Amino acid sequence: MAFRLKLVPDETKINFFRWQYVTFGISAVAMALSVVLLLTMGLNFGIDFKGGTTIRTESSTAFEVGDYREALQGLGLEDVSITEVFDPTFGDEKHVAQVRIGATEGTEAMTPEQIGAVEAALKEVDPNVTFAAVESVGPKVSAELIKTAVYAVLAASAGILFYIWLRFEWQFAIGGVVAIVHDVLITMGIFSLFQLRFDLSTIAALLTILGYSINDTVVVFDRLRENLMKFKSMPLVDVMNLTVNETLSRTIMTAVTTAIALTALLVFGGDVIRGFVFAMLLGVFVGCYSTIYVAKNIVLWLGVKRDWSKPDPEALPEKFTEAP
Amino acid sequence: MMHIPLWKRVLILGVVAIGLIWASPNLFYSRVEAHNDALAASEKAGFVTPEQQAAIDAWPSWMPNGLVNLGLDLRGGAHLLAEVHTDDVYKARMDSLWPEMRRALADQRDVVGAVRRVASPEDELHIEIENPDQMAAAVQIARDMAVPVVTLTGAGQSDLVVSASGNVMTVALSDAEKTAADDRTIQQSLEIVRRRVDEVGTREPTIQRQGADRILIQVPGIGSAAELKELIGTTAKLTFNPVVGRTTDANARPGVGNVLLPSQDEQGVYYILENTPVVTGEELTNAQPAFDQNSQPAVNFNFNPSGARKFGAYTAANIGQPFAIVLDNEVISAPVIRDAITTGSGQISGSMDVAGSTQLAVLLRAGALPAELTFLEERTIGPELGQDSIDAGKLGSIIAIFGVVAYIVASYGTFGIFASAAVIVNVILLLAVMSAIGATLTLPGIAGIVLTVGTAVDANVIIYERIREELRKGKRVANVIDTGFQEAMSAIIDANVTTFIAGLVMFFIGSGPVKGFAVTLTIGLVTSVFTAIYLTRLLIVLWYERRKPKQLVL
Repeated sequence: MAFRLKLVPDETKINFFRWQYVTFGISAVAMALSVVLLLTMGLNFGIDFKGGTTIRTESSTAFEVGDYREALQGLGLEDVSITEVFDPTFGDEKHVAQVRIGATEGTEAMTPEQIGAVEAALKEVDPNVTFAAVESVGPKVSAELIKTAVYAVLAASAGILFYIWLRFEWQFAIGGVVAIVHDVLITMGIFSLFQLRFDLSTIAALLTILGYSINDTVVVFDRLRENLMKFKSMPLVDVMNLTVNETLSRTIMTAVTTAIALTALLVFGGDVIRGFVFAMLLGVFVGCYSTIYVAKNIVLWLGVKRDWSKPDPEALPEKFTEAP
Repeated sequence: MMHIPLWKRVLILGVVAIGLIWASPNLFYSRVEAHNDALAASEKAGFVTPEQQAAIDAWPSWMPNGLVNLGLDLRGGAHLLAEVHTDDVYKARMDSLWPEMRRALADQRDVVGAVRRVASPEDELHIEIENPDQMAAAVQIARDMAVPVVTLTGAGQSDLVVSASGNVMTVALSDAEKTAADDRTIQQSLEIVRRRVDEVGTREPTIQRQGADRILIQVPGIGSAAELKELIGTTAKLTFNPVVGRTTDANARPGVGNVLLPSQDEQGVYYILENTPVVTGEELTNAQPAFDQNSQPAVNFNFNPSGARKFGAYTAANIGQPFAIVLDNEVISAPVIRDAITTGSGQISGSMDVAGSTQLAVLLRAGALPAELTFLEERTIGPELGQDSIDAGKLGSIIAIFGVVAYIVASYGTFGIFASAAVIVNVILLLAVMSAIGATLTLPGIAGIVLTVGTAVDANVIIYERIREELRKGKRVANVIDTGFQEAMSAIIDANVTTFIAGLVMFFIGSGPVKGFAVTLTIGLVTSVFTAIYLTRLLIVLWYERRKPKQLVL
């Protein structure tokens, strides 16, 4: 027999519901913690959402962040932050910093004179510095960008909810959406915990996580529906266990290929999109977990109609009641 | 069924071949780009220079020459989001309505008595009538001047709303007319911004309307957003106004119907001008940089016939009086009229250098913006950073593809090779579709491609895992493969439709990076369904027909 790399054995009989209260508890706690973090620490919004200006500087010589900060003092700028950017692909000749300047009250974008003054001040302390990118977003636009971002996430969730409801049953739709909310919330919680920069591309990452997670969940649901029709008298919890075991190999396989692709981009894709890729990679793991431990638990608790021609309440475990 | 009819095989391989051909120009990006540029330039000019011919010959003309557009974050350039102050136009409308209204009311002087304009909000015209008891007649005269609004939604409504209270008549634009005027203002602004950017001649600028009153301008290759702002942020509104007086008092009250404007080169000098211009820059036909009699940079201009007639009549009637040349609310100069100027040409001179006169000529030729612009968002990406991003993205994608291929082949052997071929063809098809429809590739778009590489395998994984399950049941090989594909279909469709929904939402609601990502994600989704279902299946069938395996190890 030829060699095959198998992360999951051919036939598994893992009881995924054995620790269901523990795993679901972990998810619930993680979600609650995320909400608390988002409310207390908040998100480290980028200029897309907060307004302001970022300047990316590149210099062939090493620099001190302190020198830059001193250079910009006295220009009357609000809320200046300077961070050095590190990347394995930069050689010794490349030193990159990200200068962020808060939006000034009452003005839209920064004026060319202001940007010119900042650039001149930095050139003074570091003659080799060049300005690779200058971006400025006014508070009016940033407020709208937040609004559209929220709409986008809601619209995508609603669209997916509707499709699953159409193709499956409403219990599945709820299970799928709870899984999405779980994934998006926890990813945002991690962004809040580590104060990672949250900007427009993070929203794209969240929407991708949403798509990936639901994709993963739907494949399991699809098999569940098939098994429900095949094993009409088997208890729901057993059908679900069977289904998850049958699809486990695929779930892991896809998560690993996606993770391989994203890791390559995380390491070699440059620092500009690192945050974006990191969010997606995070989402793949959370999404994989929610497929196995969140989505179907919700369906189990809501219960499903077993035989599509007549109700079959016996097929459900005693402690669960048939949904109306 | 392990049988695929010949026409289907030809069709599947044909799609792959067409994809390869359409994607191929991207391998020779700079050469094809030079070819396209030379072709466009020579078509515009009407002749071909030897360099252009060489560039054209460098890429065969029978090959497709569509390229994936590189977004600003990859190519470098400037991005601006401007808001158009549509209200500016209301004021201009009221100012130009007043002389006509005065004339019409003056014709009925014995009924309504003397009229004068009194202070009012900028978008309204307030007229005081001497005989308030004849207000109804005055209102009727004003209403007669209104014309119906020509839009679909505003049809049947007139453009002016006239009301009266006491001895003051108020004239304003109707809501329908305001809506129509806003639309015209945006269209006009778009056109003028486009003309100005085109005058500078950079490659493929994007200039489009966004929302109700915004314009998005993206110009690749330009040095900075500040440079672009200077070019399109200037209103370049040129008018010729009668001069009422000259003062050094910045707070002087100009009086109703007049306006106080600073002089451009004399510090502290202000001119009181009549608000209504004699002629405006809209009636210019041409403007070129030139030099005046003192060899100072200047701009020569020509009026169109109606402008020339108005200017001629005014100068003939006002010999010995000064008039002002006003640009963007600054008086450039206020010469005294010596003779009637009937030639329809003139010269603007003042404190400007050669670059200034060249830019002014460009702005005058392109026309004035009907309203002021403010910039809400501006981004400059340096070309080096763009190139770095391309290089990093390329490296990341290649390593990602290698990693995925290695893992898939290790997991599924021969079938893994088929799936890998499908993944690579998928990336090629994705690039081909993007080139064909002229879609724009951004940095998040590259991430979208990499993600597609990861998820495109998913459909194959679903099929292969299903085949493995069927194998364990000990069925015949052909049967097993067939069932595997059939049973996997509904899962593949459901999984992809849900992701597709997320992609569409991102495309239609999102902006900037979200949109760029959505483009590659959704196109990649469609192509991956094709490669995973049709191409892999064809490869497996071809393999099966050759080998006729009795046993299948997967």
